[in-house]
Amino acid sequence: MSKKAKQENTKIAPQVKIKGRNVDVFYGDKQALFDINLDIERNQVTSLIGPSGCGKSTFLRCLNRMNDTIDICKITGSITLDGQDIYDKEIDVVELRARVGMVFQKPNPFPKSIYENVAYGPRIHGMTSSKEELDKIVLKSLKRAGLFEEVKDRLDESGTSLSGGQQQRLCIARAIATRPEVLLMDEPCSALDPIATAIIEELIDELREKFTIVIVTHSMQQAARVSQKTAFFHLGKLIEEGATDDIFTNPRNQKTQDYITGRIG
Amino acid sequence: MIQSLYIPLLFLVLAIGIFLIGRSRAISICNGQIIELHSKPAFHGSYLMLYALAPALILSLIWLFSSHYLSEIYVVSKLGESFTSIPAAEQTSFLRQARALANDVSFGEPSDLLKQASLLFANFANLTNKIIAITSASLILIGLWFGYKNISLRLRARQFVERSIMVLLISASVVAILTTIGIVFSLIFESYRFFEKVPFLDFLFGLNWSPQSAFEGAGELASTRNSEVFGAIPVFAGTLLITLIAISIAAPIGLMSAIYLSDYASLRIRAFAKPLLEVLAGIPTVVYGFFAALSVAPFLRGAGENVGLVISSESAMAAGFVMGIMIIPFVSSLSDDVINAVPQSLRDGSSALGATKSETIVKVVLPAALPGIVSALMLAISRAIGETMIVVMAAGMAAKLTMNPFEAVTTVTVQIVTLLVGDQEFDSAKTLAVFALGLVLFCVTLTLNIIALSVIKKYREQYD
Repeated sequence: MSKKAKQENTKIAPQVKIKGRNVDVFYGDKQALFDINLDIERNQVTSLIGPSGCGKSTFLRCLNRMNDTIDICKITGSITLDGQDIYDKEIDVVELRARVGMVFQKPNPFPKSIYENVAYGPRIHGMTSSKEELDKIVLKSLKRAGLFEEVKDRLDESGTSLSGGQQQRLCIARAIATRPEVLLMDEPCSALDPIATAIIEELIDELREKFTIVIVTHSMQQAARVSQKTAFFHLGKLIEEGATDDIFTNPRNQKTQDYITGRIG
Repeated sequence: MIQSLYIPLLFLVLAIGIFLIGRSRAISICNGQIIELHSKPAFHGSYLMLYALAPALILSLIWLFSSHYLSEIYVVSKLGESFTSIPAAEQTSFLRQARALANDVSFGEPSDLLKQASLLFANFANLTNKIIAITSASLILIGLWFGYKNISLRLRARQFVERSIMVLLISASVVAILTTIGIVFSLIFESYRFFEKVPFLDFLFGLNWSPQSAFEGAGELASTRNSEVFGAIPVFAGTLLITLIAISIAAPIGLMSAIYLSDYASLRIRAFAKPLLEVLAGIPTVVYGFFAALSVAPFLRGAGENVGLVISSESAMAAGFVMGIMIIPFVSSLSDDVINAVPQSLRDGSSALGATKSETIVKVVLPAALPGIVSALMLAISRAIGETMIVVMAAGMAAKLTMNPFEAVTTVTVQIVTLLVGDQEFDSAKTLAVFALGLVLFCVTLTLNIIALSVIKKYREQYD
């Protein structure tokens, strides 16, 4: 995260992209999230931090309704995207997920060619009418994900043949090919080595221009490096949220203080 | 007869006794300080037991398998001229009768020569049994003595037992492998004898199959004249037709139910639907057979009459349909496994991009599981090809070269059954044809299985 970018951010009045109000999540009888109120701002990187099992990933998966695939999962409260409740009956989940893309913890490229991996989203949504248009989207997405130079000569090779870091960038390219407005990242670097991590972090910073990004991370350094806003979760509750600089330099809550100094977690 | 029950019992008692001897010897050697021993006393017991009994056991087993031939050689050589004067075709049955007579089973009034032969058999058995008994006993004693002497504090009885277990495991797998090889070789050998009577190409490409009309007269030319009734094409065509019908029923139904079970069904539905589907695989094929012959075939014929179609009461359709039902669980169960093996992360990845469930399955899951599905289908096909009972009951006997599924056809397995039912001459072309049919069947299913397995192997490399 460059200093300049941060300064720019403070100049523009932040707009709320996603608004979570009184969100409770239950897995069967067990409550996983308690009364979460959190705003995600447009064109910013918001990081969700906290010890394992604190509910940060659960909250992330509420934002594109990925929890719908789990039968016993129940959600109450409201989450709005541009003012529209995403749990409304009128909402088409498929369309929502096209607008809110997701990158997973473990790179999960399809066992198809690199090209087909990126073209997958545009194809199923019928975003293009010609091969040339599709080519353009694929190339643009690969370039934006910083992968194009490494794979331009082997677009027809299997996506699974790439290295871990390349696979994760392929997954990012795949996610941004559907032109989402929000990009959710669930510990995108936890399976990667430091060099690949650095590349992805730099990428996240660039992607902020176009997308609103929410990232779950275990690494506090990563949160400090890439995000403008940080939310600290503990035992299913949102303990503290605010500008990343404030959270890390001047936490208001004792638990936050303990976590960032390594005493809990 | 009683004797044959006593011997294993004696062995068992002996084994337990020797085990206890070895064990107590080990305990006494260390004066009860078991920690001093390299191996626990039980290992010493097993050590002594193996030392004493294994050689005798091996000898007895060898004898069990070779005495039949050795006694025959003995008797034939003793009888000399008088045996060789018996017509070659009757020699085997003569020996069989003599052997039976030696065991006090008689067929009417035996001839003098037969009596003489049976006496020789009895003598041989008496003599050799004694020799074997004495040899075994001395082997046991020698083993016992050496083993007992070997027992000491530092004896590595545990490692000895370990190696013996390995030998046991190896011999078990060798038995399995040798049996397979034996079956294949007997198939090849007997088929070769068949192809001496009927030219290979006539068999493989002949269009006329009616082996019941093949008879071997006295003349040398009889068999060659009849060789054109062994054209196997109609039989293979029938098998192919029925298999095609079966797989075109089982493949879509099995695959779709696998997809439902793995991706759509809730855990509760899956918990009872999957075992229920697998019950289909547990139904004996003979039940399917009469279901095909008594329910499906008449129904088809009735339905055909209503729309003006002539459907014979034994039809490829009825047999193929029921066979298709039978192999559904093969397809569904195996496909369900491979579909489940596709990582959840791929499904998540696809739905996070906004794909619906069916889009995810068609575009991501099925392509990833395709090799496994193909091999499931291959295994189902080889099961269908080898299936016998249903087709015997429902498909018919007449070898007709047709691709009309509403006519009666016959299959390789049906022909094998018909050729072997009733009295047979063992070396007639008619009987030997069974081996040739079996060989071809074996080659086809083997090829399918090899393809299936290699596809599975490739698939595994991708995910593990």
